[in-house]
Amino acid sequence: MERNVTLIGLFAALIVALGFVPAIPLGFGVPITLQSLGVMLAGAVLGSWRGALAVLLVQALVAIGLPVLAGGRGGLGIFVGPTAGFLIGWLPAAFVTGLIVERLRRVPVALAAGIGATLGGIVIMYALGILGFWLVKNAGLNPGDAPMSLWAATLIMAPFIPGDLIKVVVTGLVARTIAQYRPSALLARG
Amino acid sequence: MLSLALPYRTWAHRLPAAVKFGLLAVAMIALMRIGSLAGQGAAVLVVAALTASLGRGAIRQSLVTLRPLVWIVAVILLWDTAQGRFQLGVVFGLRVLAMVGLANLVTLTTPLPEIVALIEWLAQPLARLGISPRVPAISVALVIRFVPVLRARHDILAEAWRARSARKPRMKLLAPLTFSLLDDADHMADALRARGGLALPRKGRDTVGT
Repeated sequence: MERNVTLIGLFAALIVALGFVPAIPLGFGVPITLQSLGVMLAGAVLGSWRGALAVLLVQALVAIGLPVLAGGRGGLGIFVGPTAGFLIGWLPAAFVTGLIVERLRRVPVALAAGIGATLGGIVIMYALGILGFWLVKNAGLNPGDAPMSLWAATLIMAPFIPGDLIKVVVTGLVARTIAQYRPSALLARG
Repeated sequence: MLSLALPYRTWAHRLPAAVKFGLLAVAMIALMRIGSLAGQGAAVLVVAALTASLGRGAIRQSLVTLRPLVWIVAVILLWDTAQGRFQLGVVFGLRVLAMVGLANLVTLTTPLPEIVALIEWLAQPLARLGISPRVPAISVALVIRFVPVLRARHDILAEAWRARSARKPRMKLLAPLTFSLLDDADHMADALRARGGLALPRKGRDTVGT
């Protein structure tokens, strides 16, 4: 009980701390922040439930108005803005990453964490993020207004995907290092 | 780490937190339904007036929170203009400003203790699951306390790396940082247990022999 609470709290702190790492500009001007890397790591290391709870804790801190997101952002405004779906998507992202590492026990850790982070941290997170953006964009249309297509919404968010693919690779490598040097620390497989 | 709440009291502080959250929810539903330029423009003016009524600190804080949204609004405006729907892009931009600006006002005018009280009240059902209602508060405190600790730990690891290598560490410090974090979690769990732990006090356990 106590250990679960401290593990969840400390991984939430890691996700917050990664937000202080300056955004790395990708070649084509899109900045990537490391917070979603922390989300993938929480899932891969802690497993599905604890990983998701660590994310939930960060989301709660955002909601109560602490500046815990990259760039010192926070507050309720984030939950109603055009990127709300991405923040909410962190929850299933960590859960699914953890679930895959837990279930694919015969697959090498790096690969399992990579598959999990791709499925949770990219496929599911972007699905929710794009859907949230699309909903805010097309809200309150008048009759006769052409809505933005889901395809167009995906196209607008696509430039961020390469950065997240890099994070998937890093998640796999870090999970492998942990499994190599201290197998018992990879709680998702404990 | 400081809360984003304003350091001074305003008229909006007198409204109970639950009322503000309720009003915000209603306003969000309304803003999602308004599709006219005039309607969203008026909403932005109302939010701006409300912000101004809370003083200079509120205006500054709001601008800080809205600034990262400029990019996405600009991209959408360009997109809609390219599609020949300039007005839709403007309505979207105004709606985002109004919604995010309004939600921020609730954050600015609800001090942390009030929100923590709300969380503790919401956490009461946890007791039925055998979990102490103190868990949410302790978790929040843990995060706030450990963010600076982690940053300091990272700096130490980076310094040790620089002493050994001319190359940049990049992501290589993440694994050792995670190891130290897992150790910390174990130590802190021991410390919490030594101080009585987080389980609910069981009836009769401490009354034996008295």
